[in-house]
Amino acid sequence: MFKSERKSAMGASRVNILSMNTIVLVGVLLCAIPFVYMISASFRREGDLYKLPVTVYPREWTMHNFHTLFDKTEYVRWYGNTIFTASIRTVLGVYLAALAGAAFAKYEFRFKRFFFFLVLATLTLPFHMLLIPLFLLMRDFGWVDNYLAIIVPGMVNAFNIFLMRQYIESVPSELMDAARIDGASEIGMFHRIILPLVRPALGVVGILTFVWTWNDFLWPLVVLHDDAKYLLSNGIATMDGPYEVETGAIMAGSFLATLPIIIIFILMQRQIIAGLTQGAIRG
Amino acid sequence: MSAHTLTAAKKPQPFSFGDWWSRNQRKVIPYIFLAPFLLSFAIFTVYPAGVALFLSFQRTRGFQQAEQGGGVVLEYKGWANYERLLTKDKRFREAMINGAEFWLGTLLVQMPLALAVALALNSPNIRFRVLGRLAFFAPYITSAVVVGWIFRFVYDQNFGWMNSALAQLGIEGPAWIRDVNFVMPSLIILGLWTWVGFNSLFFLAGLQNVPDDLKEAARIDGASTIRVFWHITIPFLRPVFVFVVVTGGIGSFSLFSQPYLLLDFPNTGPFDSGLFPLMYLYDMGFLNIRMGYASAIGYILTVVILIITGMQLLLFRLWKV
Repeated sequence: MFKSERKSAMGASRVNILSMNTIVLVGVLLCAIPFVYMISASFRREGDLYKLPVTVYPREWTMHNFHTLFDKTEYVRWYGNTIFTASIRTVLGVYLAALAGAAFAKYEFRFKRFFFFLVLATLTLPFHMLLIPLFLLMRDFGWVDNYLAIIVPGMVNAFNIFLMRQYIESVPSELMDAARIDGASEIGMFHRIILPLVRPALGVVGILTFVWTWNDFLWPLVVLHDDAKYLLSNGIATMDGPYEVETGAIMAGSFLATLPIIIIFILMQRQIIAGLTQGAIRG
Repeated sequence: MSAHTLTAAKKPQPFSFGDWWSRNQRKVIPYIFLAPFLLSFAIFTVYPAGVALFLSFQRTRGFQQAEQGGGVVLEYKGWANYERLLTKDKRFREAMINGAEFWLGTLLVQMPLALAVALALNSPNIRFRVLGRLAFFAPYITSAVVVGWIFRFVYDQNFGWMNSALAQLGIEGPAWIRDVNFVMPSLIILGLWTWVGFNSLFFLAGLQNVPDDLKEAARIDGASTIRVFWHITIPFLRPVFVFVVVTGGIGSFSLFSQPYLLLDFPNTGPFDSGLFPLMYLYDMGFLNIRMGYASAIGYILTVVILIITGMQLLLFRLWKV
């Protein structure tokens, strides 16, 4: 009897393995299809794209769309603008988040709980609700069409502070006390003990910030009006307007804009996922 | 240093910042570390929130002459903006209903799918685990603008891949984003594609917190796989369910880029079937220059989102997680 039970359990698990693999495989395919469309359309002429029957592969491969992109639009400039602003914002954002995280993780001070409550409060309140007054503020600062508007307002991010605090808590306090006895300054300790020990966390926060800035659309749409100043997101979003480019060129632009993000993700998969799921599960 | 302190004990020394700093830096430094956050919080959150509150009681009456600066002339209107939004404005009501529909659709379809994907990725004999994680997560990190564009083409009635795939199955596909009944399903499908994988990662992390020996013990006591799943696995996943419901709610009411691109804003789908609250805020504030009205929309949205977040706390309390 025991034997037969075991047998049926094994049979069930074989079916189980098969169905689990099927779920994953079907899921992978469904996730891939829109990307396949994007890549395929990038290498097609418009006539090929809008011709029945619809085909997965281009009937004839062409680089035409990439030429349109580079010759008829400001695409290369948008790309440069995006790399520039996203990089600066990432470096500053990571550094400032680490500072605040260190304060919460390693020091006792008055109003600590209250300040941390403020961090949690900004975490839940979406930045977008203040779209109108923030735009007016940018106008008063003279930051419309200026990358300061992209870099500064969201630079000190609550989620990043929260993550950094979590990581910096793991830095041994004994190490810091020992350094204090040796006469190290608090700022020196931050740079020479804390930062090197949480380097992986800096990477996670940096990548999340970079990807987020790279993809953000609404805020650049509000503060950047001059199309030479556009970032990739608003450049690609308006490509059908003034440039009158075709579907293939829009998909080519999308493809090139997505590529670095996917490559970063492939290289840093484990860290990114760990960073994203960290805060959430603990509630 | 010690000689220095000895003399200091005898007679008062002139104040030296260096000394004061070396004695007090440990007390002062946290405030310096926090200064950027606090400054940014004051300038870019508290101050704008105050301005928005002020604006939400105003109405745009007209515009100044160009020589006076060309600014907006405001007029105090009391609660008029809120009253109008909550009782008269049909577009706003439609936007809120759409947000709620998207949330509901997302929950009913997305959570079970995300859980299924997580269970599959968590089972021991799975192949292409790395490929799976990459494929499921890639949509989430792809720019919403790109996603919106791709789906606009994929939903094309005659040449889109969606309808060609349906045609293979012998089904004549609808007009998707041009058909009032299919705009919401189009968006929900887009949402599934974007977020199922992302949410499954949270379920996956939750599943890895379920202690194996607990499941083992239950199985030895004769519990079936389904009972183990229902009574052990699911309770351990409660925080994930709450997280997915709440972030889904916040995301649904502030959906912007995807419908903006998919429906070619300022078009918002037939009969506003793809209008979302944040799009309406943008429309009112920047296209209609009704800053006060838009600010009132922002405040109502904030209250809705606070209620959803409050729900999270309540659910955690009730469910004792």
